[in-house]
Amino acid sequence: MSIKDLFKFKRRKNLEQAKPSQELISEQELSELWAQCPSCKTTIYTTELKANLMVCTKCEHHFRISSYDRIEQMIDADTWEEINGSIKPTDALNFVDLKPYPESIIGAKKKSGATEAIVTGIGKINGLETAFGVMEFGFLGGSMGSVVGERIARLAETAIQKKLPVVLISTSGGARMHEGLLSLMQMAKTSSALLALKKHKLLFISVLTDPTYGGVSASFAMLGDIIMAEPKAKIGFAGPRVIEETIRQKLPKDFQTSEYLLKHGQIDLVVSRKELKKTLAQLIKMHK
Amino acid sequence: MNKNTFVLDFEKPLFALLNEINKLEEATDKQKCADLIEGLKKQFYDLRERIYSNLTAHQRLQIARHPERPYTLDFIKGLGENWIELHGNRTGADDEAIVGGLLELEPNLTVVIVGTEKGHNIKEKQRRNFGMPQPSGYQKALRLFKHAETFEMPIITLIDTPGAYPGLEAEANGQSWAIAKNIQEMANLTVPVIAVITGEGGSGGALALGVANKVLMFENSVYSVISPEGCAAILWRTRDKAASAANALKITAKELLEIGLIDEIIPESAGGAHADYLQTTANLKTALQKHLGILKTKSKEELRAERILKFRNYGIFTQ
Repeated sequence: MSIKDLFKFKRRKNLEQAKPSQELISEQELSELWAQCPSCKTTIYTTELKANLMVCTKCEHHFRISSYDRIEQMIDADTWEEINGSIKPTDALNFVDLKPYPESIIGAKKKSGATEAIVTGIGKINGLETAFGVMEFGFLGGSMGSVVGERIARLAETAIQKKLPVVLISTSGGARMHEGLLSLMQMAKTSSALLALKKHKLLFISVLTDPTYGGVSASFAMLGDIIMAEPKAKIGFAGPRVIEETIRQKLPKDFQTSEYLLKHGQIDLVVSRKELKKTLAQLIKMHK
Repeated sequence: MNKNTFVLDFEKPLFALLNEINKLEEATDKQKCADLIEGLKKQFYDLRERIYSNLTAHQRLQIARHPERPYTLDFIKGLGENWIELHGNRTGADDEAIVGGLLELEPNLTVVIVGTEKGHNIKEKQRRNFGMPQPSGYQKALRLFKHAETFEMPIITLIDTPGAYPGLEAEANGQSWAIAKNIQEMANLTVPVIAVITGEGGSGGALALGVANKVLMFENSVYSVISPEGCAAILWRTRDKAASAANALKITAKELLEIGLIDEIIPESAGGAHADYLQTTANLKTALQKHLGILKTKSKEELRAERILKFRNYGIFTQ
């Protein structure tokens, strides 16, 4: 069972709430009660895994999680209010690869259950009101196009209006190719929108999760006043395959992991998912 | 007519004609062939005009990557006087994929120029890392931007890079952060900034020098979020579809002007920038003078705020 299947499981469960209950449990559904850790191969009950914030109970491997699961983990119950969800992607370039971009968008929505590769809003972290954004890797690899850029820029602007700190949780393969140079420009747009926070002495915490690459790592994600990462997340500018092809040598085993970045002075701290909410709250409190 | 040593596929008929003309001109009975030579020359110019006015995105990509295309140091020779190159990031390295320094664009107008440099021969290319900067190169650029700000000099960046270097050391030394930092700091500068895509505008590695009040592109340059080969490999699952990707990505100056992501196209000489350095440099200088003239009337705060707003407004979506 792969990580993908776990998300399927959740979606199906949601769908089933609307449908009349089924009498028989299929073999597939039975197998979905279990998950195998991709790192240590231990088989774990999905309920147990979820209760452990999708961290392997044996080896502490951090599973990739959806944006909405992340919100559930980080934001106090009943305090979340999504903003700018009505900003939707459009096919500005009439981009067609093996299929037209609008079809890819429809597929991404279905697959992820999200409207774009980031969800933004206002919510409380241990009682502290925060402008919060979390990327959705299930939506075209968490790629940043016009909508991601606009939602982040507006989140920063809302934070300034309401005098709130900003927390962005990143996971992304990089820029959205389907929007061409417009995507590249989102790097400049997000970076300068977040710059305005400094003038207002508003804290911006960037949390890097597995994986964070390319146009996202080379823009807002690396510009946090404080940058933290989940353990063993892969974070970098260029993908490891591209680097191996360029330099024609094997890369070290820990290359581009959170711990590697910490060792090389690029991030402030590595924080386990189980400590993440507490750490965010503490930092926000200290900067009030 | 410039006799290039490197010939692109679609230029082949042109060079066949050129060869013929040269042969005839070297012949002993040159006088007798005068009419024939004239006729062939006219054919050559007509054909060149025809080829160069109907280029595909993929052909422009090849011109943008032409090994004889003028690079930053070539432009500087014809752009002004008293070039003084300034080296180093001040913290341990001088990345020669990026050159920077001071130039008198006009007798009383000193500008800071920062540009990528690919190098023209193998030795130079290695020294310049094929124009692919390391983090230290972006740090050098940023240091020079700050210098310009301190002494209130306009900044001109000349961009021709496949992208930031994808290497082990580059990652270890914070390539992502170096690019992100430059993008953010450039947005915040209080002096006029003009960025010119002279050849390849390769993704984040280009944008790290590209957050400017005015963004100009040479007629046959390209500016892209990813190389067409890289895009094809991911979305088409084969690098062979680079030409399709080049079309889909809208990387040419004309297309980007239409979308509104650049401000002006600088014309190249007939046959591409590589055919005539002097003319191309003169065209660049004219464009720079025009835009600097407009920007110098603006206050520091206007320059900063307008630049931030310009990039703030980029994006197409529905609501």
